[in-house]
Amino acid sequence: MKKLPKRINLTLKIWRQQGSEKKGHFETVAARDISVHMSFIEMLDSVNEQLAMEGKDPIAFDNDCREGICGTCGAVVDGRAHGPQKATTLCQLHMRQFSDGDTIVVEPFRARAFKVLKDLVVDRSPLDKIMTAGGFISVNTGGAPDGNALPIAQEIAEKAMDAAACIGCGACVAACPSASAMLFVSGKISQLALLPQGKPEAARRALNIVKTMDVCGFGNCSNHRECENACPKELSIVNIARLNREFFKASFFSDET
Amino acid sequence: MQLDAHIPAGPLTEKWDRHRFELKLVNPANKRKFEIIVVGTGLAGASASASLAELGYHVKTFCIQDSPRRAHSIAAQGGINAAKNYTNEGDSIWRLFYDTVKGGDFRAREANVYRLAQLSNNIIDQCVAQGVPFARDYGGLLANRSFGGAQVARTFYARGQTGQQLLLGAYSALVRQISTGMVTLLARREMMDLVLVNGQARGIVVRNLINGVLESHAADAVVLCTGGYGNVYYLSTNAESSNVGAGFRAYRKGALFANPCFTQIHPTCIPHTGDHQSKLTLMSESLRNDGRVWVPKNGGDIRDPQDIPDKDRDYYLEQKYPSFGNLVPRDVASRAAKAQCDAGKGVGLTRCSVYLDFADAIKRDGRENIAKKYGNLFDMYELITDDSPYQKPMMIYPASHYTMGGLWVDYNLMSTIPGLFVLGEANFSDHGANRLGASALMQGLADGYFVIPYTIGGYFAGTTLAPVNTDHTAFKEATQTINDGIAKLMSINGKRTADNFARELGKIMWGYCGMSRDEQGLNKALTLIRELRAEFWQNVLVPGIDKDYNKSLEKTGRLADSLEFAEIMIHDALYRTESCGGHFREESQTEEGEAKRDDENFSCVSVWEYDGYDKAPKLHKEPLVFENVELSQRSYK
Repeated sequence: MKKLPKRINLTLKIWRQQGSEKKGHFETVAARDISVHMSFIEMLDSVNEQLAMEGKDPIAFDNDCREGICGTCGAVVDGRAHGPQKATTLCQLHMRQFSDGDTIVVEPFRARAFKVLKDLVVDRSPLDKIMTAGGFISVNTGGAPDGNALPIAQEIAEKAMDAAACIGCGACVAACPSASAMLFVSGKISQLALLPQGKPEAARRALNIVKTMDVCGFGNCSNHRECENACPKELSIVNIARLNREFFKASFFSDET
Repeated sequence: MQLDAHIPAGPLTEKWDRHRFELKLVNPANKRKFEIIVVGTGLAGASASASLAELGYHVKTFCIQDSPRRAHSIAAQGGINAAKNYTNEGDSIWRLFYDTVKGGDFRAREANVYRLAQLSNNIIDQCVAQGVPFARDYGGLLANRSFGGAQVARTFYARGQTGQQLLLGAYSALVRQISTGMVTLLARREMMDLVLVNGQARGIVVRNLINGVLESHAADAVVLCTGGYGNVYYLSTNAESSNVGAGFRAYRKGALFANPCFTQIHPTCIPHTGDHQSKLTLMSESLRNDGRVWVPKNGGDIRDPQDIPDKDRDYYLEQKYPSFGNLVPRDVASRAAKAQCDAGKGVGLTRCSVYLDFADAIKRDGRENIAKKYGNLFDMYELITDDSPYQKPMMIYPASHYTMGGLWVDYNLMSTIPGLFVLGEANFSDHGANRLGASALMQGLADGYFVIPYTIGGYFAGTTLAPVNTDHTAFKEATQTINDGIAKLMSINGKRTADNFARELGKIMWGYCGMSRDEQGLNKALTLIRELRAEFWQNVLVPGIDKDYNKSLEKTGRLADSLEFAEIMIHDALYRTESCGGHFREESQTEEGEAKRDDENFSCVSVWEYDGYDKAPKLHKEPLVFENVELSQRSYK
């Protein structure tokens, strides 16, 4: 039988910011008696319970599924988006990755395009805005041909699935020195450019999406590959190469403007 | 109240076609005059919003998350069923219909389920056209697998992320309509109340979750796609913001609630490690194809599992169910695990789990082959528990996963409130007392893409709607009531947080209204819930202020609903003295210990009407008529 869960004490240096117009600051908060089986989010729950009992305002943070698929949670932990463990969202990061007595620095995902709303909560709606500019295939409900009418080679389907695995958390943006959303964008562009269903609109999609990305205030890719490293779903920057290809093709060889 | 399901006449196979023909149409030029509110952006909400906007209706879509792409449909792993019969195994619409009715233990409407099976094929076509990257075989055609004990391979999948890919498909259709201006999206909003004018659903009041401001929105119809109520158990596979609030608030406004005690407990989840646990993670059911379930013969055997020899192990599923063994259905496997833990034979930190052992499978097939099949699941397990299933048996325990009950709807998916439609998990319509694997995604999308676009037109064409805007007193009154409620919660200033109360409510529900129920326990739960509710209104603590991003306040409001809603579940479980599907009454079992239905008395939907705070709800019944299938008793011996 297992030993009783190990419990540790930590010090959080955590970003507090009352609202998007207010100035933020780091606050030191003790996280006491933390079970190593907790997720990082559960550790914050426990700290918040303690703050509430002391009559203080709990730390605001977004989270939802707590199983690494919805993309809601996220913070920069000790300088790394979603923390030190590779291919792991904040909600799947467990406290056994830390040691008793550690000081942990926790900040929101920072980017010009992501406004801080409160503490660790940021506004990622620009990502939806990008998708609205062309992250779709223009097909109305009804009238679709039989699913097997259009065979798609297995390796193409697999590559499309690799690109489609993005959870839209924004860690790539937070990790990028130029706060670029290129990895996020390239996932959707690649998925739809690889599949035959997406080809008729490929040029328009690439141009509209890249334009919107700029309007929203995201930077350009500078080949640092930090995005790939931070991505909890391990999206490859091969997708960015595809995005560039699609963008150049559309810019030089299509009638779209 | 007379419940009329409005099931069309005629033979089962022709009902939906006939109904679509008989439904009145709204002239295309007139559609733009109608405004529709859709609450929720999961599979049902996103697909409904997009499809209605494509037809020319003005749609306002609300979601509780920061983006519509994050609704909890995203977490569905396994797949989606369709009666394509691509595998040539003899599948058909009729077979999918039959399997679904039987799987639901004959507690669903034949006509609804048949329509669902018909539409299943259109869904796959639609999703492929949207670019959903389904798994494919070497020839490039769509791949299928058999799922959840089905005898034909009819499940379409995208790795272990089918829900995510289908939702992103529906989301893409939704954002396309946002780009045309036909859908207005309002994210980070929670529905606080439904607004009725002349008895019709004419709008909602929402709370802006960033600044706490209440906002009123008027429309010609309201479509709820707000998911299930599994979080009443506190520990469940649901997301944190999944809640019964919207449905419950509609119920309080007069919508009837059907079969609330029909909940599904999934047998293979990662067990909890202590009171800090906030949710449970599902491990795919497919693991039971190769894993062997066991517990030590002697309770309190503290040896490492690898050191316990075969003679000291109890492979209780293989013993008790020699022909199905580890592959018995979800509810049977769940109850058996609970029985072992209740008998003191549970293992793990909290003694609340059983082993799922792959040692024999690895010996037989080799580590490499097992890794090919389950590698990603083993990795996920190790990430969460820090134990490798290649070296040590997994530990699993059942968890609340899906709720079959929901707001009562007729064949048009309209509730008992005219103009209030309910789609997806939020309604009760298609799964009876138990949902089959890979059928939830199918129902959400069928409702949103292919049912509501027709039936809502029939409602508009046959109804007179007075002009209403948010200046109407009904909106003012609703806003006032909500404000009063929030002020009351903020003023209590007690000593226990919402999480703390919710955990206790969850324990009561899990203990007395979970995998098995009996009269004595249910009555005890009723008392405990009332005591807890009374304490809640005296002693809850909500930190912060209300006009702000305040998760504690959100959770407290939802908990207030759950504390009332839990009682309806208990009443329903008390009323239904038979066992069926996921609802197991100790008093009603066969000699073999299996669920025993009572078709004579309970071949009906139990439908509950709100009768005021602290009062027992009123019971109505919708009889279920089976003209096309013969009722049979399950046996897995």
